[in-house]
Amino acid sequence: MLAYTIRRIAQSIFVLFVVGLVAFSMFRFVGDPVDNMLGQERTQEDVERLREQLGLDQPFIVQYFRFLEQAAQGNFGLSYRQGRPVAEILLERAPATLELAFVSGMMALAGGIALGIFTAIRRRGFGANVVMTLSLIGVSLPTFLIGILLIYLFSVELGWLPSFGRGEVVEVGGWTTGFLTASGLKALILPSITLGLYQMTLIMRLVRTEMLEVLRMDYIRFARARGLREKSINFRHALKNTLVPVITITGLQLGSIIAFAIITETVFQWPGVGLLFINAIQFVDIPVMAAYLMLISVMFVGINLIVDMLYFAIDPRLRADRTSGGH
Amino acid sequence: MSNPVLSVRDLVVEIPTRNGILRPVDNVSYDIAAGEILGVVGESGAGKSMTGNAVIGLLDPPARIASGEVLLDGKPIQGLKGEALRRLRGKKMGMIFQDPLTSLNPLLTVGEQLEETILEHLPISAAEARKRAVEALEEVGIPAAAQRIGSYPHEFSGGMRQRVVIALALCAEPDLVIADEPTTALDVSVQAQIVALLKRLCRERGVAVMLVTHDMGVIAEAADRVAVMYAGRLAELGPVRDVLTNARHPYTAGLMGSTPLASQGQRRLRQIPGAMPRLGALPQGCAFHPRCDRAEDRCRAEPGPTISACDGRAACWFPLGYPQEATG
Repeated sequence: MLAYTIRRIAQSIFVLFVVGLVAFSMFRFVGDPVDNMLGQERTQEDVERLREQLGLDQPFIVQYFRFLEQAAQGNFGLSYRQGRPVAEILLERAPATLELAFVSGMMALAGGIALGIFTAIRRRGFGANVVMTLSLIGVSLPTFLIGILLIYLFSVELGWLPSFGRGEVVEVGGWTTGFLTASGLKALILPSITLGLYQMTLIMRLVRTEMLEVLRMDYIRFARARGLREKSINFRHALKNTLVPVITITGLQLGSIIAFAIITETVFQWPGVGLLFINAIQFVDIPVMAAYLMLISVMFVGINLIVDMLYFAIDPRLRADRTSGGH
Repeated sequence: MSNPVLSVRDLVVEIPTRNGILRPVDNVSYDIAAGEILGVVGESGAGKSMTGNAVIGLLDPPARIASGEVLLDGKPIQGLKGEALRRLRGKKMGMIFQDPLTSLNPLLTVGEQLEETILEHLPISAAEARKRAVEALEEVGIPAAAQRIGSYPHEFSGGMRQRVVIALALCAEPDLVIADEPTTALDVSVQAQIVALLKRLCRERGVAVMLVTHDMGVIAEAADRVAVMYAGRLAELGPVRDVLTNARHPYTAGLMGSTPLASQGQRRLRQIPGAMPRLGALPQGCAFHPRCDRAEDRCRAEPGPTISACDGRAACWFPLGYPQEATG
């Protein structure tokens, strides 16, 4: 397992190098930053000086490794637009996105697994069929439309929940949280549903398919033939086997929740990194875009790594170096 | 025999389909006594596994018991559902499946699977259950059982896994065990060990065993009596020695003629001409008559006679070893 872990980490680092190259290339190929920074009235001297100051006169490869070195230390340079360090801006925005992703991820996971089991066990039941039909709607409606519909219903018509923003936030040790105020929690509800609904239906359908597959296996028949209780068969024998493939997809989905928070954050004007990224694109704020790209890729690679490690925890067949005997 | 553990009486299993009702098990009757092994033999699709599944209530819908009785220790159990059926399974009757690779849950240790079964059926503590689980593994001949109890199924070989499956089927001390092709998926050398193990457990514990197989060698080795099935019906039923050496039903005779037996030396194997008909296309009269060289008009017109559970041996109008006259 150790060799496998090391190999996976090495692969992850390689992936990050490649993404870093893409992020870095943006600086060179999407416009000239010097133009943006100096404006109309400038002399050739100014340009040369700034180039030297920013290290833009160095060869490509040197610049790339300097970029990586700085990025590894959390330094992504200054935002063209705000003139502040990008890392500082990202850190300021991260709590909003992470809290939103956490809540909707949990909702998707809990709801998806519970409904998946329900629809698999009561395959022919009325309730299960209703859930399956509704889930089709959840899969086929685009995220922004769900957001707008929810806003229309709960904010405009009923006036129960806010239509934009995070509500009141409390700062706890540099982390702004909406969990501690009533308005912060209320503001979380609609965006979380919008962001998590698609993932939830996806997880639900996946769990259902896998569970139906597992319930047909011989060891489930054998468990029945031994007179075990339905509860034990469904949850102890079937669910655990169901979760092995579900974990991969779910892990990747959690990554995409953060990545695709862009749309939800735009619809709800949620002050997170997704909204920051959209604004950065509008103003060609390349340091912010590059940093965001790196951040998302680090997250995806990290989640993938964790997912692979989780396999070992769940499936004993993969623990090849495990000696037989007690556990 | 006195008070059989399992009595099957006129059992009919039906599968409703779009093209009419199929009868994979048709009017089957037999008894199994304590400490006895009944071999159920036949080709694929003859209804032998279906009979076993019907007894333990594991028929896959839409297959269902249409009529007949299944008596376990004298009490009818056919059509039991839910909780009542669950209490019988494992405790009163166990089942052994064909493929030991797939019948154990890969994510639970053999100890966990044994203990959950024992705790479900016997009123004992978790510590005692663990002790019994080790004993159960020892009994089926797993070396160093106390150390192996924490192992996962993939850490055992095929033969050892089938021993674990047998231990699981027997750990709550059932009176009846249905073994559905328990040796088919195993190496030949391991098959003999598993058959010997089943035989020993049957004798020592006085368990009634229904041994479903298509392997005449396994039947000859293990069974006390044998039931031959053809197209859902019982063709012949009797003590294994009589049936094997002195078959009455032409199908059994054909089956024996096509089985290589070492004792009979070099001899050309004979084939039964044709193939078993599909359930949806059974011929009129006796289902075997198109392949039977003894068939006469009566065979083409009337279904074969039904064997009564105790005496009659062959479901045939013109059985071998008798003068050519109706005995039915």
